[in-house]
Amino acid sequence: MSTITDPEQGGFRISMLLYDTRYRSITIQIIALIGFLLALGWLIGNAAQNLAALGKPLNFSFLGDTSGYDINQRLIEYNSQMTHGRAAVVGLLNTLLVAVLGCITATVIGVIIGVLRLSKNWIIAKIMTVYIETFRNVPVLLWIIMTMAIFIEVFPKPSDFRGADAVASMKLFESVAVTNRGIFIPSPIFGSGSMAVIAVFILSIVGIFVFGRWAHKRQDETGQILPTFWIKLAIFFVPSIIVFYVLGQPISLEYPVLKGFNFKGGFHMRNSLIALWFALSLYTAAFIAETVRSGIQAVSKGQTEAAAALGLRPGRITSLVVLPQALRVIIPPMISQYMNLTKNSSLAIAVGYMDITGTLGGVTLNQTGREMESLMILMAIYLTISLTISTVMNVYNERVKLRER
Amino acid sequence: MKKSVFIGTLAAASVTAGLAAAGTLDDVKAAGELKCGVSTGVVGFAAADANGVWDGFDVAVCRSVAAAVLGDGNKVKFVPTTGKTRFTALASGEVDMLARNTTWTYSRDIDLKFDFVGVNYYDGQGFMAPKALGVASAKDLDGATVCIQTGTTTELNLADFFRSNNISYEPVPIETNSEAQAQYLAGACDVFTTDASGLAATRATFEKPDDHVVLPEIISKEPLGPLVRHGDNQWGDVVRWTLNALISAEELGITSANVDKLAAAAGNNPEVNRMLGTEGDLGAMLGLDKSWAHRAIAVNGNYGELFEKNIGEATPVGLARGLNAQWTDGGLIYSPPFR
Repeated sequence: MSTITDPEQGGFRISMLLYDTRYRSITIQIIALIGFLLALGWLIGNAAQNLAALGKPLNFSFLGDTSGYDINQRLIEYNSQMTHGRAAVVGLLNTLLVAVLGCITATVIGVIIGVLRLSKNWIIAKIMTVYIETFRNVPVLLWIIMTMAIFIEVFPKPSDFRGADAVASMKLFESVAVTNRGIFIPSPIFGSGSMAVIAVFILSIVGIFVFGRWAHKRQDETGQILPTFWIKLAIFFVPSIIVFYVLGQPISLEYPVLKGFNFKGGFHMRNSLIALWFALSLYTAAFIAETVRSGIQAVSKGQTEAAAALGLRPGRITSLVVLPQALRVIIPPMISQYMNLTKNSSLAIAVGYMDITGTLGGVTLNQTGREMESLMILMAIYLTISLTISTVMNVYNERVKLRER
Repeated sequence: MKKSVFIGTLAAASVTAGLAAAGTLDDVKAAGELKCGVSTGVVGFAAADANGVWDGFDVAVCRSVAAAVLGDGNKVKFVPTTGKTRFTALASGEVDMLARNTTWTYSRDIDLKFDFVGVNYYDGQGFMAPKALGVASAKDLDGATVCIQTGTTTELNLADFFRSNNISYEPVPIETNSEAQAQYLAGACDVFTTDASGLAATRATFEKPDDHVVLPEIISKEPLGPLVRHGDNQWGDVVRWTLNALISAEELGITSANVDKLAAAAGNNPEVNRMLGTEGDLGAMLGLDKSWAHRAIAVNGNYGELFEKNIGEATPVGLARGLNAQWTDGGLIYSPPFR
């Protein structure tokens, strides 16, 4: 014990890289790194060489060529005389649209199902279990195709709405047409003076936040609780409606009408969008429900009991004690569910939804024959979307996680 | 030492890769099997029956090539491809040739680096609509919802047609013919557009074909033919002249019934003799044996027989020869001479 000698200073020899445990792990790692880089270089070199041999060296100029094909759902101006690059952007926006819609609905459905699964009502809890297990254990592609098939076969075609003895009719006071080509809903037409209504509406939303803060502060100071929900609801509706009528109803609705082959006017939510959105939401919701359930169960029972002992009502226990703590557990797995949903949206082409995989990775790839380039761009885009979701959610996670002091 | 081994491996790998790309004929012979890309199912052109046996007008071309090269028309592995996957499958070597209702276009020939070896069906794009819709002309289709297979020339023609006639439409992109059929029959789209032959084939499978009409407009030229990878001329020649042999056979009156007799001994038509190998040795020029054309014709019959058997007027598809008659009958089907 007493004969501890200092390590030999200096005197570094090459052989120490192999025989000295201090250096050996570094040596092995460097060798592994070199091997990995060589393998990578060989793969890239091989691909480049073979592409050159095929007479197709990497070239991205096709993105500037005229695309020549039409896309049914476009969030920005696009026609067949525009470029492949523009078509890719149209597809990207469609991907983002279905991803955002899907994430929102999946979260709402998932949280409800997850909470209900913990219900003390045996039947409700079991029904939710059946839902979760059915949706989680069948590939999402099948759900997408099945939703679409149901859509096409069950809902009436536009021609069924025609004539005196029409077999189908429009719903909700003749304003919504549910057909097997999609759902047609009224769209707003903004007349003069509508800006004022919109401005008032935005102001009332700001007002709701301001009021919320004020009410909170008041409660902290005086201990009195206001019926905030009803007041907020009133702020949300009343000023806008008053302005709307005072200005002589500047915003009107354009109703869909059957014209020619199809319904015209209003918003057309295509069956492909709805089928994809619906299937992705229900599928991902099953995973989110499990995440939510595990998060709630991770909050120890003592917390609930302590809150009850303080005299909080059950609703307030959930919103003030259980959920804030459960969120810490829920957020990280939720990030990957959102990313999964976004990536799963690339199955869109199965129902003819023109997302980025359908435009850039589908028609453009096929018409130009630029597989390598198209797929590289496609991968880069999905990578970027996923990393963005991840970053945003991580920032949120930082904010809600337990502050350790 | 290690480095040289690595470089050696690299060199060997690239040489093998180079060789693999060079001689498709040798590859097919070595594998004892022809990998032929066909469609996922268009009745009359390429469809698998209940036992999984492929049959049809395009399939017959594959079988003839296999018979010419390997001596057996059944030594074919049929690879079903969609409009989107077909070119990648051919370019990557997953299939040796495509016989799949593929339109010969400039950019596919030049830019996609393929060689179209000929035309086995002269087609054009048409529209099919339910009779109940009461549409007489494609120009009445303003605002219609159109089902269309993605990744095809029809998609581009459609965009051009509607744009040049200044009418609007709503495209519904679809992967395969059967999906298009399902959507069309359910009324999710008003009209279905593809090559006129494909429309006839699709209509033939309907429960009530008479409820649907093919509109009179043909909006494009669609010469359909087999294709191979660019740069392997020997293999391209094999496929090209197998197709030509089928066409010449009809012109010269060689059928599956009399081909064995004609090939047994030299007759008095020198071109028949040259083709069937009883005179000269055309097969050797192609890297095959003397009786290659004999086998190619014997396996399914000549071009005319294939047409009548698979898509002719006696079949449910019911296509008239029209443009696809022999040049001697006023059609466009014409083979260069065997000389």
